[in-house]
Amino acid sequence: MSKKDIIICRCEDVSLQDIHDALELGYRDFESLKRILRIGMGPCQGQTCSHLVKNEIAKYNKVHPETVKIHKTRPLVSGVVLKDIAENQDED
Amino acid sequence: MKTKAYIVIIGAGISGLSIAYNLAKKGVKDIIVVDKSHFLAGATARCGAGVRQQWATELNCILAKKSIEFFSHANETLNYHRDIEFKQGGYLILSSSIAEDEQFAKNVKLQNSLGIPTRHLSKEEALEIVPHLNPNSFTSATFCHTDGHVNPFLMSEAYYLAAQKLGVDFFFFNEVKEIILEEGLIQKVITDKVEIDTHKVVNAAGGYSQEIGQMVGLDIPVYSENHEILVTERTKDMLGPMVMSFSKNIYCQQVPHGSILMGRNNPKALHNHDISSSWRFLDEMAKTVNHILPEVAKQRVIRTWGGSYNISPDFQPIISDTQVSNFFIACGFSGHGFMFAPITGELLSQIILGEELEAYAKDLHISRFDNMENIDREHSVV
Ligand SMILES: Cc1cc2nc3c(=O)[nH]c(=O)nc-3n(C[C@H](O)[C@H](O)[C@H](O)COP(=O)(O)OP(=O)(O)OC[C@H]3O[C@@H](n4cnc5c(N)ncnc54)[C@H](O)[C@@H]3O)c2cc1C
Repeated sequence: MSKKDIIICRCEDVSLQDIHDALELGYRDFESLKRILRIGMGPCQGQTCSHLVKNEIAKYNKVHPETVKIHKTRPLVSGVVLKDIAENQDED
Repeated sequence: MKTKAYIVIIGAGISGLSIAYNLAKKGVKDIIVVDKSHFLAGATARCGAGVRQQWATELNCILAKKSIEFFSHANETLNYHRDIEFKQGGYLILSSSIAEDEQFAKNVKLQNSLGIPTRHLSKEEALEIVPHLNPNSFTSATFCHTDGHVNPFLMSEAYYLAAQKLGVDFFFFNEVKEIILEEGLIQKVITDKVEIDTHKVVNAAGGYSQEIGQMVGLDIPVYSENHEILVTERTKDMLGPMVMSFSKNIYCQQVPHGSILMGRNNPKALHNHDISSSWRFLDEMAKTVNHILPEVAKQRVIRTWGGSYNISPDFQPIISDTQVSNFFIACGFSGHGFMFAPITGELLSQIILGEELEAYAKDLHISRFDNMENIDREHSVV
């Protein structure tokens, strides 16, 4: 199967080929790839693609996947502290 | 590690990128851009990326008009392999009081005198442009059809790749810790990873430009403030122009991708580096958009985030040399530095190379704040 047909991010329709092209261009961390490819910016905020992308970054940089940081998930998807809701306070 | 540069640019946001590109295009060699984080960690990747020429001060109008001219041919000029997604759907700015309408009449006059094609519209004319506006939420409007939006990530990438091709070096994940001066002259920039020998520095550090100024003993009169923003899921085409109201505190725009961005300011925001998301923002934003654009309020919000506005005393940028020899600044964009980036890079490169400046550009100098009474303050801001 061609890399173009392997969809990594379904929200924003990003293929494995797109990820490899961007790695080649020099974007080597999740936050940078996110800015160029929109991975993690769709409705699921990277719930499905982030671990796949993490592995691709690790392979490319020849490091252990555990050392690769993924993007920051943002409200409304991130968990919410009950106390913040009760007190109508800001997240931190 | 030790290295050498003709000039070091601190900050790889849209300002630093444009400055680097403009210098390199003029033949400057040995340019190093340092950034403390990954690609676009600052305000540039967090902004609404609206580009408008409808300002209340002459200076902001001129800066915006020149920058929009650049955006219209940026793909070709920068030889970019993707598309910066320049959308000219216009900006529709709503007025909701007699006083605001009177100010808008003055603004339109000023803008027209500078060649900006803004029109003053009645409520009915505005409703022809955006039929689903709540007619009870405004009284009149102004519209400039050449205003619009540019994709901030791709515009930045276009500059970044063009600058790289011209030989600019980028050091990401390098936080500037210290700038060494000897007898008032810059000698070195020290990051947490390298020491760079250089005699010229550009401060394009966005929200941290005050702190970078302190490193050379310069007190730049700017502060940072959190501004929050949200995005909806992709939806059908429903909003041609950016819709904005200063008095109701909202800007709202659908981008070519299909999602809708909206933001407002928090008058109680503190002067600091906070960029967190708050429940209050979501609550107030939802109420405001539901009042003005009820159809847009039916869309699902998928993400909220925050970013720093770097604010100057007159809400106009500082693009300038300084009393510290060979220390240049481009900061204080007050929430509109994305749209000004093309002219920022052009002007600062002229200043650095000692070229003759056009008269208007002299008003961007930091020395205008020596006497605060004379400043021409911009009021058309959210
Ligand atoms: C919510 C929001 C909406 C906005 N909407 C618009 C809009 O619609 N239109 C518009 O024109 N503008 C808008 N803006 C403003 C715009 O984002 C900024 O004016 C612009 O991006 C500033 O670019 P910059 O390059 O000067 O700063 P930044 O993009 O912040 O870049 C500064 C860089 O400096 C780096 N840095 C900081 N300190 C150090 C250090 N010590 N060492 C090394 N590097 C360092 C940072 O990592 C960062 O990458 C908005 C801003 C926000 C927050």
